[in-house]
Amino acid sequence: MPMSDSHNPKHSTVQVEGLSLTLGGKRLLHDLSFNTQTSGTTLIMGPNGAGKSLLLRCLHGLLEPDQGTVEFFGKPAHTQQRHQAMVFQKAVLLRRTARANLLFACQGSEARKKRIETLLSDVHLTEKADQPARLLSGGEQQRLALARALLTEPQILFLDEPTASLDPASVLIIERLIQEANERGVKTLFISHDLGQAKRLASDIVFLHKGQITEHSPADTFFTDPQSREAKAYLDGELVL
Amino acid sequence: MLGDAFSEAATLILSGDPELFEILGLSIQVSLTALFFSIALGLPIGTALAISQFRGKKACVTVLNSLMGLPPVVVGLLVYLMLSRSGPLGVLGLLYTPTAMVIAQVGLITPIIGALTYQVMDDLHREYRDLFSSLKVPLAKAVPTYLWDARYSLITSVLAGFGRAISEVGAVIIVGGNIDHLTRVMTTAIALETSKGELAIALGLGIILLALALFVNALVTWVKTAGQKNAYV
Ligand SMILES: Nc1ncnc2c1ncn2[C@@H]1O[C@H](COP(=O)(O)OP(=O)(O)O)[C@@H](O)[C@H]1O
Ligand SMILES: [Mg+2]
Repeated sequence: MPMSDSHNPKHSTVQVEGLSLTLGGKRLLHDLSFNTQTSGTTLIMGPNGAGKSLLLRCLHGLLEPDQGTVEFFGKPAHTQQRHQAMVFQKAVLLRRTARANLLFACQGSEARKKRIETLLSDVHLTEKADQPARLLSGGEQQRLALARALLTEPQILFLDEPTASLDPASVLIIERLIQEANERGVKTLFISHDLGQAKRLASDIVFLHKGQITEHSPADTFFTDPQSREAKAYLDGELVL
Repeated sequence: MLGDAFSEAATLILSGDPELFEILGLSIQVSLTALFFSIALGLPIGTALAISQFRGKKACVTVLNSLMGLPPVVVGLLVYLMLSRSGPLGVLGLLYTPTAMVIAQVGLITPIIGALTYQVMDDLHREYRDLFSSLKVPLAKAVPTYLWDARYSLITSVLAGFGRAISEVGAVIIVGGNIDHLTRVMTTAIALETSKGELAIALGLGIILLALALFVNALVTWVKTAGQKNAYV
């Protein structure tokens, strides 16, 4: 895999500078900056409505920020689009079989087609490959969506609460695949409310509150010693207003 | 008297009365031709409107939706004005021909197919937009995907269009004139024969029209069920 850049210590895997977003006349993301050197999972946490999803969509290029720059591996994000994939909070699946959904993402690439069966088995869907995708259970749908994202061999993977309200078995399968991807050098940006999951996956945490980053800490210190009042309150289960 | 008309109507149908079947044949021919052109126009219009973004899009959608409810007589009148001697297309001499009836029906059902296509495609586009953008699906591949994934709903819209075309009378009677052996279709014949008191042929045609409508509706239900079974709608 062409991952040499990610191991170049000069470059951050993700570098965000002064990112702001306004929608419908409302400023929703305020001058966000952070960078991370890790190739593991950067977890984005924060209360509902903090702007986590908007941030992820800006990073992935689904939304155009008013200001700011995003770089992956030292290169402007928009030049890296081919190397990104995203899993949405609710799996978006085409009206066809599970396997056909993966085939769709191949875009004619033979290399991708060859990976379909392996990925189906990775997400434990080999037996259900020929069933209509939208008849699968929530967990199965999300596993399929992850398989489709991984099929494109992304260097950066965005996941917006992919396991919220899924069965434990599906959560386990998804987490394991993310960890394996991390080990291969894939950078993941992951939104989650699940503290257990955060501890299992995250190497660092970006904490978002009302469209602002109040804290960006390594995972091992974030949970034991959060630096910002908002993160502390969030971890204590308090409502920060 | 009504019983006589019924049995006479049955005889007409069962004996394969040539006049009755000539009328039926023209009806189907005109409406299928109109349907063909309405699909060719309505599908691209509805799809383009759904997946594009431009100023005045909302206004276009509103216009399309209101056109869907146009009264057939108004469509007939407009087409009449276009095709009449003094109208802009008068030189073509199309008034009181099957072509005129096709044009009127195209005017009537293109907005229906266009508006229904728009609704289906708009929903699908909202659902797929981010995925396609994430997967970098080019437009040339996105459009056929939208059409394919909307297939069940689109077929239903097309059938609705056909049902409307074959059963309307106001437009075709104005531009067709209900001329025997030339522009007489089921609905205009029913209207005329009833007014003449010729109930047998009117009833015979009415029964066939009803059967056709039932068949189209059964087809719609069948398509819907088939789609729902696999969560393909
Ligand atoms: N298109 C939009 N127009 C205006 N406001 C929006 C839009 N999308 C999201 N918002 C608002 O932005 C805030 C952040 O949304 P989001 O990023 O989805 O939050 P979360 O952190 O829960 O993922 C919310 O208050 C939401 O209402
Ligand atoms: Mg969200």
